[in-house]
Amino acid sequence: MGIAIYVLTFALLLIGIYAVVAKKNVIKIIIGVLIIEYAVNMLLVLVGYRPAAQSGDAGTPPVIGPGISAEEVARASVDPLPQAMVLTSIVIGLGLTALMVAMGLRLYEKYGTFDMDQIRRLRG
Amino acid sequence: MKHSGMTLIVRSVARLVTGFICVFGVYTAVTGHVGPGGGFSGGVILAIGGLLLVLAFGRHGSLSLFTEGRCRVAGAVGALGFVLVALSGYAQGGFFVNGLPHEWETGGTILLSDLAVLLNVAAGLFGAFLALSAFRRRPREV
Amino acid sequence: MGVEYLILALIGFMLIAALVAVETRDLLSSVIALGAAGFALSAIDLLLGAPDLAITQVGVEVITLVLLIRAEVTRRDTSTPALRDALRTGAVLLAGGLVLAVVLLAVGAFGDKAALPAFGEPVLAGGGAVPPGVSKDYLEKMTLTRAEGGTGAGNAVTAVLLDYRAYDTLGEATVIFVSIIGAYAIIRRVGRKREGESL
Repeated sequence: MGIAIYVLTFALLLIGIYAVVAKKNVIKIIIGVLIIEYAVNMLLVLVGYRPAAQSGDAGTPPVIGPGISAEEVARASVDPLPQAMVLTSIVIGLGLTALMVAMGLRLYEKYGTFDMDQIRRLRG
Repeated sequence: MKHSGMTLIVRSVARLVTGFICVFGVYTAVTGHVGPGGGFSGGVILAIGGLLLVLAFGRHGSLSLFTEGRCRVAGAVGALGFVLVALSGYAQGGFFVNGLPHEWETGGTILLSDLAVLLNVAAGLFGAFLALSAFRRRPREV
Repeated sequence: MGVEYLILALIGFMLIAALVAVETRDLLSSVIALGAAGFALSAIDLLLGAPDLAITQVGVEVITLVLLIRAEVTRRDTSTPALRDALRTGAVLLAGGLVLAVVLLAVGAFGDKAALPAFGEPVLAGGGAVPPGVSKDYLEKMTLTRAEGGTGAGNAVTAVLLDYRAYDTLGEATVIFVSIIGAYAIIRRVGRKREGESL
């Protein structure tokens, strides 16, 4: 079961790499980069998962609250360290999307098309 | 469409809802050390509140309150505030040491860092969206 | 056990949405499919016990959708891919992925002396052959008073992000700031008038 989940995440990463490498439209390339980012973030969060006590529940978040004591959190919660790193990664991914969209808009303004073949041809 | 806003239903709903979204964003950031959330989540939600305003009323409708210059200043204040909180740890012995006494604030400097990150993320994302929405859609002749 | 099947089903949904987003020629449909994949990822985050990530992923997904729809000036992908090129690239990627998987299995990344821990036993727990890492330390330190190294915060993720590993957050604030300034700088020149051109 665990190996199946990891293999499917890796397949998502491959779809993203295929979109970046083989597609000719700039918007499709941006979508490919976003899919790669989803796959990598998901893999990092999956590594830190610990199943809850009852087998049907979701994982226990690492939050100490009025109903949950500290020893219980340290014994049964999921790993907080990958989540912290992925949180910053998600927000940085949004900055990256803004930058890519800005570059795409400038390309369209300069060449009049989003097609990479025609852009390559026109440059010479 | 960017410069003329949307229909009456969208505008009325946006008028009602944007305040709640912004308050929820600030709430998520401020109680970040007690429950789920934190500075980044709160910043993203606050940026979405501003985004709804710009989408519903057109760019000129929201320019009186959120101009690009103010967004840039707010983003810089957030980033500098974070560095100042880090440097203030020197009073207790080192870089980034959690300094505030326990009676004032249970999380220490975490609350101040949360507010700084909230300003930084929200102003940065919303300002980038304002800059991108100013782009005119006319391609130059090649 | 039910949660893992649900996660598997949601990842399958994300795969189908990603394939639709990449292959369809109508650009609006592909952006919407990407949005569906992002919301499924947020649901997976909730099932994996990460509520902060779920909130942030929903918000980031909405902003990404608005930015991408703004970027679409044309509505259809009118490029004509050479079928031989796409097939060749797809075959190369598939072969590379299979080689990587075989190498990882041979090296033992999924076995007992694993570099990647088995699913459901994070490094934190200290079970298996992998020794427990620093997160166990952070979780146990969290309720101590400030003098003994605790933080006094209740949310372990925020405590890690803003107290124990605050350097990384400083770097992240810098990266956000620089990328936003980069987006300004690229788009900035558009509003000015050039000679002979009327706006």
